[in-house]
Amino acid sequence: MSIDINATPLLSVQNLGKDYGNLVACTDVSFDLWPGEVLGIVGESGSGKTTLLNCLSAQLAPSRGAVVYDTRIDGPREIFEMTESERRLLMRTDWGLVRQNPRDGLRLGVSAGANVGERLMAVGARHYGDIRAEAANWLQKVEIDVGRIDNVPSTFSGGMQQRLQIARNLVTEPRLVFMDEPTGGLDVSVQARLLDLLRGLVTRLGLSAIVVTHDLAVARLLAHRLMVMRQGRVVEQGLTDQVLDDPQHPYTQLLVSSILQP
Amino acid sequence: MSMSHAQTLEGYNFAYLDEQTKRMIRRAILKAIAVPGYQVPFGSREMPLPYGWGTGGIQVTAGVIGQADTLKVIDQGADDTTNAVSIRHFFARTTGVKTTERTEEATIIQTRHRIPERSLSEGQVLVYQVPIPEPLRWLEPRETETRKMHALAEYGVMHVKLYEDIARFGRIATSYAYPVMVNGRYLMSPSPIPKFDNPKMDNMPALQLFGAGREKRIYAIPPYTKVESLDFEDHPFEVQKWDDCCALCGAQDSYLDEVITDDVGGRMFVCSDTDYCEDRRAQGHFGPLGQAAE
Amino acid sequence: MYVAVKGGEKAIRNAHRLLAEVRRGDLGVPELSVAQIKEQMSLAVDRVMTEGSLYDRDLAALAIKQARGDLVEAIFLLRAFRTTLARFAISSPIDTSKMKAQRRISATFKDLPGGQVLGPTFDYTHRLLDFALMAEGKVPEAEKADAVDAAMPRVTDMLNNEGLIEREIADDEAVVADLTREPLDFPAERNLRLQNLARGDEGFLLAMGYSTQRGYGNSHPFAGEIRMGEVEVEIVPEELGFAISIGDIFVTECEMVNQFKGSATEAPKFTRGYGLAFGEAERKAMAMALVDRAMRARELGEEVKAPAQDEEFVLYHSDNVEASGFVQHLKLPHYVDFQGDLEMVRNLRAEQKQAELKMAGE
Repeated sequence: MSIDINATPLLSVQNLGKDYGNLVACTDVSFDLWPGEVLGIVGESGSGKTTLLNCLSAQLAPSRGAVVYDTRIDGPREIFEMTESERRLLMRTDWGLVRQNPRDGLRLGVSAGANVGERLMAVGARHYGDIRAEAANWLQKVEIDVGRIDNVPSTFSGGMQQRLQIARNLVTEPRLVFMDEPTGGLDVSVQARLLDLLRGLVTRLGLSAIVVTHDLAVARLLAHRLMVMRQGRVVEQGLTDQVLDDPQHPYTQLLVSSILQP
Repeated sequence: MSMSHAQTLEGYNFAYLDEQTKRMIRRAILKAIAVPGYQVPFGSREMPLPYGWGTGGIQVTAGVIGQADTLKVIDQGADDTTNAVSIRHFFARTTGVKTTERTEEATIIQTRHRIPERSLSEGQVLVYQVPIPEPLRWLEPRETETRKMHALAEYGVMHVKLYEDIARFGRIATSYAYPVMVNGRYLMSPSPIPKFDNPKMDNMPALQLFGAGREKRIYAIPPYTKVESLDFEDHPFEVQKWDDCCALCGAQDSYLDEVITDDVGGRMFVCSDTDYCEDRRAQGHFGPLGQAAE
Repeated sequence: MYVAVKGGEKAIRNAHRLLAEVRRGDLGVPELSVAQIKEQMSLAVDRVMTEGSLYDRDLAALAIKQARGDLVEAIFLLRAFRTTLARFAISSPIDTSKMKAQRRISATFKDLPGGQVLGPTFDYTHRLLDFALMAEGKVPEAEKADAVDAAMPRVTDMLNNEGLIEREIADDEAVVADLTREPLDFPAERNLRLQNLARGDEGFLLAMGYSTQRGYGNSHPFAGEIRMGEVEVEIVPEELGFAISIGDIFVTECEMVNQFKGSATEAPKFTRGYGLAFGEAERKAMAMALVDRAMRARELGEEVKAPAQDEEFVLYHSDNVEASGFVQHLKLPHYVDFQGDLEMVRNLRAEQKQAELKMAGE
């Protein structure tokens, strides 16, 4: 993966923080994300990583700081200075959001084909045959049997639902995908398959991604860079291998050492 | 047949509602005309007819009707269905305006579930009775969310429904209250008219007003406005067709009601629009029941 | 030989005449008078006034007579009449602390200033049908006690003085929403919600309130106080600049004391639920208070997951005039739309049949 050092970061986060009354959920978060780069945010539950992800993906308004995204047409724009309309359009086209529980990110009562085709229809696709073909194409890419295109997701296994959610997000070829514990709740072999798929897609499509996970193995497999969070703050960040193989901060050392060794 | 009623109901204002209320309704109507297809909330009043019986249409008509108007009221296309009779009487009692069954003579036509077969002209007003004004209601029960969807023109979910129909049935399965796009901007429910009537809405010379009393919304299509029924390029919108013609007048181009004539499957079809049918017969057109029907 | 259905007008006229006849019933039985309904069916009258949003015992009794005892129909009559009335003033808030309470109870304290006054309640009756009531007869006179003159401070005011219950700050400048003039809007503020509940169907609110007690949004309610009695209605005419009384109305008020709330910075306090109705309408006022509290979930930072907490769900479906109209409108002709669906289904079935035959032939 090569980065043009003269390019603008895809996402630039400056001094981001979110409070709930007196509780500081996350604070002093700053980083840049480049095209094609995957950033992992790791930490235990309560570390603030999910709140951070929600702020970055515009699900929540932060209490302070800025999130600047390099839009296709208008260049770098601060997300929370956009109109709601612009933000919602962004979330349906250039961004993806893969939720931990696929049931939260799918229309359970509507067929797999419609789930994948919805984003296309939302931006004006009006040819049924083409939409269906595109949906079938994506089902293949995420290794779902195309014969199930007319089935509803409530009949799918957890792993299949998650893959469907991914297809639903990627169909508009977003440049940035947010993932919240993408393998959470899946059993180990299913997880492995999903991670392989994600890694393949990210590389082939040149996606940028921000992946929140408590599972360091997931982080190692998917992320180029890591940010370690504890009690709302970033305690360490750097290249994944460096952070995991040579942790500097005592908390990171604790995290790493508590991975069960096979 | 035209009726003239000189006596209006003792103790009530013209058209039942007080002037303040009528003004409020007219303001809502003007707003609606200014933004074609957009649902304008209004302070719907309790009327002497129940919600669901056309209180929205009645309030809209009450807001616009004047001494010089001629009113036609139809339900299922017919002037003498019980509720059409009841509403026509209501206006006769409270306004004393002339009423008629002839579409071409009316200046205001209040209708439930049909558009008259005869083309309407400039200067006429068509008032539709609407039960559920929100076309997205079946996909999204929350008003707070549907309002946002309209504001941001997020209508993808409507096409999802149509896609599902085609995937499941091979065709779009909606036969009435078929959603339309008005003036290229707002998604609108045309009220439960059969999709057969949808094309009449497009570029209609008359003013179209929609009243939903219980849901408290008014919307409008100004004359000569673009109204398109949603579809896919490869599954274009199409209207209903019958194999039969009207048994009474022989019409092949009007919406037909099915009448069961016996309990072993016998049936016949007659025009839903009674005025249209009568007119054709008056001009000498007859169906298979021929002149015997007269 | 088919003849187009005509004669709708005649049918309607005859239906009205038949209705009047059936309403009167057996001519050998004395006709029910409006006065009798007002006096002896007063709880029905109270309900019709409350949900009809009009305080007038005679009109409510008349509506009940005209509606043949169907209270939802009577409520509709009263509402329709109300539409025609001009509004000439807005009253000052009624002061229930000054109520001449005929009944006043509290479940939260064994005894309290003013005492527990039972009033004319069904509460401790044994529900045994009293066949003596089938005949008319003299009713034994109830013993008269001395008038309850003692002050009856409100339980919630007493808790408030100790800082134990959330404060309710009166804002006299605030505009009160009016559902009879404007359509419902979301998010709905508490004053709008309470108005909607006051007019809402008692059965619906009862079910919703009940659901909160069974776990669908539990708020651990205690009946802090229920009081029933007359209160003065005052207006401040512009020409006079001071308040004048225009009459008394009889109301039932219920204040529920609910689950306490606190945080790291704020000491815990009990929360409130409020219900108010015309006449003697305890069940309604109590149910209303439970649902009021449930719908405050959002503003109190509680998770909204139960139907009673869902303000759109509750507020849109509480009005029985709307509900009755829409449910019953299904009786109206829908044959044009049904024809459309019939045609659709017939075609789909034919297509499927053809497809099956084609497959079988291959």
